[in-house]
Amino acid sequence: MLARLMAMHSRRAWLAFALAALVALVLVPALNLAVPAGWPLRLPDYLVPLLGKFLCYALVALAMDMVWGFTGILSLGHGVFFALGGYAMGMHLMRVMSGEGHYRSQLPDFMVFLNWKELPWFWQGFDQFWLAALVILLLPACAALVFGFFAFRSRIKGVYFSIITQATTFALMLLFFRNETGLGGNNGLTDFKRLLGFSLSTPATKLGLYLTTALVLLLAYLACRYIVTSKLGRLLCAIRDGESRLLFLGYDVLRYKLFVWTFSAFLCGIAGALYVPQVGIINPSELHPAGSIEMAIWVAVGGRGSLVGGLLGAFLVNGAKSWFTVAWPELWLFFLAALFIGTTMFLPRGLAGLKDLLPWARRGDSTEVRR
Amino acid sequence: MSAQATVVQDGVGRASSTARRFPILYVQAVSVSFDGFQALDNLNLTIQDGGIHCIIGPNGAGKTTLLDVITGKTRADAGTVFYKPLGSISQLSEAQIARGGIGRKFQRPTVFENHSVFENLMMALKCDKGLKHSLFGLLRTAERERIQEVLGIIGLRDQADRLAGGLAHGQKQWLEIGMLLAQEPQMLLLDEPVAGMTPAEIEHTIGLLHSLAASRTVVVVEHDMEFVHSIAQRVTVLHEGRVIADGDMDQVRSHPKVIEVYLGDQ
Repeated sequence: MLARLMAMHSRRAWLAFALAALVALVLVPALNLAVPAGWPLRLPDYLVPLLGKFLCYALVALAMDMVWGFTGILSLGHGVFFALGGYAMGMHLMRVMSGEGHYRSQLPDFMVFLNWKELPWFWQGFDQFWLAALVILLLPACAALVFGFFAFRSRIKGVYFSIITQATTFALMLLFFRNETGLGGNNGLTDFKRLLGFSLSTPATKLGLYLTTALVLLLAYLACRYIVTSKLGRLLCAIRDGESRLLFLGYDVLRYKLFVWTFSAFLCGIAGALYVPQVGIINPSELHPAGSIEMAIWVAVGGRGSLVGGLLGAFLVNGAKSWFTVAWPELWLFFLAALFIGTTMFLPRGLAGLKDLLPWARRGDSTEVRR
Repeated sequence: MSAQATVVQDGVGRASSTARRFPILYVQAVSVSFDGFQALDNLNLTIQDGGIHCIIGPNGAGKTTLLDVITGKTRADAGTVFYKPLGSISQLSEAQIARGGIGRKFQRPTVFENHSVFENLMMALKCDKGLKHSLFGLLRTAERERIQEVLGIIGLRDQADRLAGGLAHGQKQWLEIGMLLAQEPQMLLLDEPVAGMTPAEIEHTIGLLHSLAASRTVVVVEHDMEFVHSIAQRVTVLHEGRVIADGDMDQVRSHPKVIEVYLGDQ
């Protein structure tokens, strides 16, 4: 078993992984805590949750790459799973601050504002962290399982599938915008105070959340890497390249697609849950179709079917977005469009495809799509 | 025609193992229509275990549709398909039928071009095809050896690590046959296995088919009479979704209806 785990990466790739883990888990906290304020190398406190947010996006990119890059299922509605995880976390955060809101009520502020007298049934129990955690882990995955079962059983594929996922996220956005839905309407859930007893406004909690996210991302990457280097990974690529051929080899393609689809939603839900306490708000804009399309762009820019490509893409595109929206907000969408068109035309395998230009990396890992 | 009678008729002067033959597949009164076009019309067909059985007929006779019905790709509007190891297979999925021992080769070579030759065979190999095994299972030594053996049979041993997309057309056809071998089906359905091949490649393929038929049933759909003549032990002629003749090559050739259909078609 150990040999199998070691075989997930070449020696050089393991080294790179260890280095990345070291930077994320040791170097970043050290630059934040150990370097005195005012020094040029000091990582300011406000950047920690920003990095944490990028890590959440990177987790989404991993999830997207599993279904799109490897299995060829383009989802334009992954925002649904992200938002479901995010809302579940948001509901917990709202419940643990009951009595401390603006109106000092036991109910969340927006319910007081709407003149509601008691907690709707689906809010019951969310003051318990274990229940919220369970919902975060299970709800996005179950939603994906049901949606996927009907879509894949009817053999809905390609652009039709993409359009349906897009419509789903749009419909859910409209639903969540309504005050009657009971999730805060267009303001969503915000003004959180604490998580597991830690105040969300202290730098230490922010660093803790960042570290948790980094750890989850590293583990998720290893899990994905394990999957794509197993026989299952070869089969996923085979579904992408010739689904019907695989049927006649005796594989139940439906189950394989459901597995990767559900796993992807599971990762996305966790990403949403980690995102909310670091950003401090969750509202229906997370369900906007444009958001889900951007998730696909991260993977396209970084490079499909390589895992690392998706991570790179998520950091690069979101880094650029953070910088542009401060420096030249009106240019951001032009830059995004240029980036997307540019990679599609000149780098069909994304930034990860550039790796082959490096003299020492001519022979790539066999699991990656070559040519 | 009863199955018993066929055994006797079929046994004359042909393959040596004919003594213990029994029907392996029985297509009973199957009809299929697409948008009003009757692709198969109350078709009955018996396929004996072992040997090579050719299904011929002009374009549009329903040959490929028949394979689609047998493998579960198309559902019959009426009628049933019986396959000896499984019973009625009309309601089973493609994957279930494939796992039950019916392998199929398509008209165009369909190998996985972004996978290596070895990986193509590994995916085809007869083994537990469930999700859990694919995720956690490891390739056993016996399975590795079996893949090497198949690589030898199809003559691609030194190409094992090459991407299948880089192979020549004929090599892809053999790889596909190799994948079917690795699948170890009891019955093999081949749709025009020599389409687009050079004469030398056809020679090689004829040899392959004969060795395949030694231990399993091979059904070949073809319209090239020359090729059929060189391999078939039994021939069924389809025309407009019906069987018009059934027997050995010489019987079929002299059948008045077959002559009419083939001459009328040209």
